Amino acid sequence: MKMATSRFVDVDLAPPVKVFALTARYREDNHPNKYNLGVGAYRTDEGLPWVLPVVRTVESQMAADPILNHEYLPVCGLDSFCKAATRLVLGEESASIAQNKATGVQALSGTGALRLGAEFFKRNLHMNVVYCSNPTWGNHKNIFRDAGFTEIREYRYWDANTKGLDINGLLEDLRAAPEDSVVILHACAHNPTGVDPTPQQWEQIMQVMKERRLFPFFDSAYQGFASGDLDKDAFAVRLFDKAGFEMMVAQSFSKNFGLYNERVGNLVVVATEPTVLRKVRSQMETIARPMWSNPPNHGGRIVATVLSNSDLFGLWKNDIKTMSGRIIEMRKLLQDKLRQQKTPGNWDHITSQIGMFSFTGLGPKQVNHIIEKHHIYLMDNGRINMCAVTSGNADYIASAINDAVTNVMEDPKL
Amino acid sequence: LGIAGLPGFVSKSMEFAYGTSSKPLAEKRVAAVQTLSGTGACRLAGEFFKRFGLAAGNAIYQPNPTWGNHIPIFRDAGMDVQQYRYYNPANQGLDFKGMMEDLESKPDGSAFLLHACAHNPTGVDPSIDQWKEISQLMKKKKHIPFFDCAYQGFASGDADKDASAIRLFVDDGHLICLSQSYAKNFGLYNDRVGAFSVVCSDPEEKERVESQLKILIRPNYSNPPAQGARIVDTILSDDKLKAQWYAECKSMADRIISMRQILRRTLENDLKSQRSWQHITDQIGMFAYLGINQEQVNKMKEVHHIYLTNDGRNSMAGVTQANAQYIASAIHDVTK
Repeated sequence: MKMATSRFVDVDLAPPVKVFALTARYREDNHPNKYNLGVGAYRTDEGLPWVLPVVRTVESQMAADPILNHEYLPVCGLDSFCKAATRLVLGEESASIAQNKATGVQALSGTGALRLGAEFFKRNLHMNVVYCSNPTWGNHKNIFRDAGFTEIREYRYWDANTKGLDINGLLEDLRAAPEDSVVILHACAHNPTGVDPTPQQWEQIMQVMKERRLFPFFDSAYQGFASGDLDKDAFAVRLFDKAGFEMMVAQSFSKNFGLYNERVGNLVVVATEPTVLRKVRSQMETIARPMWSNPPNHGGRIVATVLSNSDLFGLWKNDIKTMSGRIIEMRKLLQDKLRQQKTPGNWDHITSQIGMFSFTGLGPKQVNHIIEKHHIYLMDNGRINMCAVTSGNADYIASAINDAVTNVMEDPKL
Repeated sequence: LGIAGLPGFVSKSMEFAYGTSSKPLAEKRVAAVQTLSGTGACRLAGEFFKRFGLAAGNAIYQPNPTWGNHIPIFRDAGMDVQQYRYYNPANQGLDFKGMMEDLESKPDGSAFLLHACAHNPTGVDPSIDQWKEISQLMKKKKHIPFFDCAYQGFASGDADKDASAIRLFVDDGHLICLSQSYAKNFGLYNDRVGAFSVVCSDPEEKERVESQLKILIRPNYSNPPAQGARIVDTILSDDKLKAQWYAECKSMADRIISMRQILRRTLENDLKSQRSWQHITDQIGMFAYLGINQEQVNKMKEVHHIYLTNDGRNSMAGVTQANAQYIASAIHDVTK
């Protein structure tokens, strides 16, 4: 049987996503003492994934419930989920919610919410300029690019000298931004640096954005997961909301509910007038239907169930404290180990940074050394997943860092 | 999950559609990824065609009529949405002549969207002989066949039978693209379970194509939901569960087929309608194109409180033993 000549000859082999390539490399490594500090997922002190006990409880209930079926959700998702999620981030006291100026659209986790928002900005608001922090999550730029944005710019963020926030650079860059630029802000637990603005710095950022008429698009992937306190982690979002901004928030429940693979997300839209929201929702539907038709039910229903039941909500808050608590403990532990070993350098940042990730300040050569010699896998920008640190491996990881910092010189430029 | 989804689900899904003795599968040259049901697969197809300029004139030819969402999906993917003749309102059947003419007249290498079985909205499918002719003509014209398969098993009750067109084309040597949905045949509507596959020339090409599909997926939703895929994988991997599923799916298909028979019989024999209602039983799948006009549809809604889409598309799944008589009477009332 003669086969058709291929049309795909010009389809090049695409480079793999960096963080997944790292995991692949880790998997292929046969060394007995290997650790993957790459991908951003929570691990227990035994180094294992953790299904939240409250999630298990709700899943069992759902599986046994004869009333639940698999009928399509509305295009904008499960209403009870959207309302609860929106309330979670904006807060019970949000005037926007009370005055019907806020709405939520269920999306495929944070990525889907970002993409939905980006498409809306492009098609319905005709925006074309977006600012991302330097550095930012690897997928932010791709999302906006595929949504059709041609001006994808950066604002300064990470200060390599202080291993903290370059607030002056940030404010300068935002002051220079054209009006109606979209600005992606990490609500808390900045990925990849772990460096968040202080409340005072958030005020400054907010003022500049108000003056320059910039549009805030919050990426909220770690509410509760960062500090253990849901309200504290929503401070920045609520600050902007109280100040009367129109804004969007891309919420992900991957980390704080451990529902990584169920793709649970919510796109919050806050407007200054309630009447526009119905129209906005209709446009969101127009974008979402030819993308995924309607969102997956399972994860959204779990979250909705937990958020609307005070007992389950209490259990969930405990689970969040467990996760965030362990991470904070590991930060302290790693810092102690580094200092005990008299590792050169200042390691304050390990505990001043927050959330899943730490920007260690290691350079690419040092990173490579750690991978090759010590079989500890981390991103070439020096980002480590603190969740992968355990009481069992903290010592080993610290000594690997010590070895790299002591013996491997980075290019002076860095 | 990885960007391409649950590997076990993907491989079982490929066997399900292509058959366990499929040559391209054995030769490991079918690029495949998990998608957000059929919608996600179609959207991925459109973006893939667009990005790599695979379709002549960047056009996708869709049957007239087609599922409503096909049009915005491919348009939002950036393609030029066009139509080919399909439904013949004169006999509520296939306009085979018109379809073949359109296949012939479009530029070589055009992309054609084909409903694998149980055409939505008409319920009109080509016969196997007609599929053979379509396949030969498409080979001659070097057209790209893109199958949308949302009803495998759900149409006739026989999953292999419902995949006949797909397998015919693959056997004929076409490098097809395929969208699969598990919303209907597994009843997993809201879990968004689907797959997209591309039959390639060789394993190396398969790798290249898969890598690019991942690049398209990641800035859309990163990776697909696990729940539904796990369910399908578990069922298709276990003989007992698979047999149970087969029987359950067949019972859905059988119920719909018997509703078609009841509706037709009631109209023709009991109500003595002057029209022929043969098309109700000739058509297959979830939908029946009744062949009634907008005015008649309005009357169905306003007078009889029966809701159907403006093109006269009746979801047969909505017909039950209890309401079949009522529905038939209403149809009779608006058409007598």
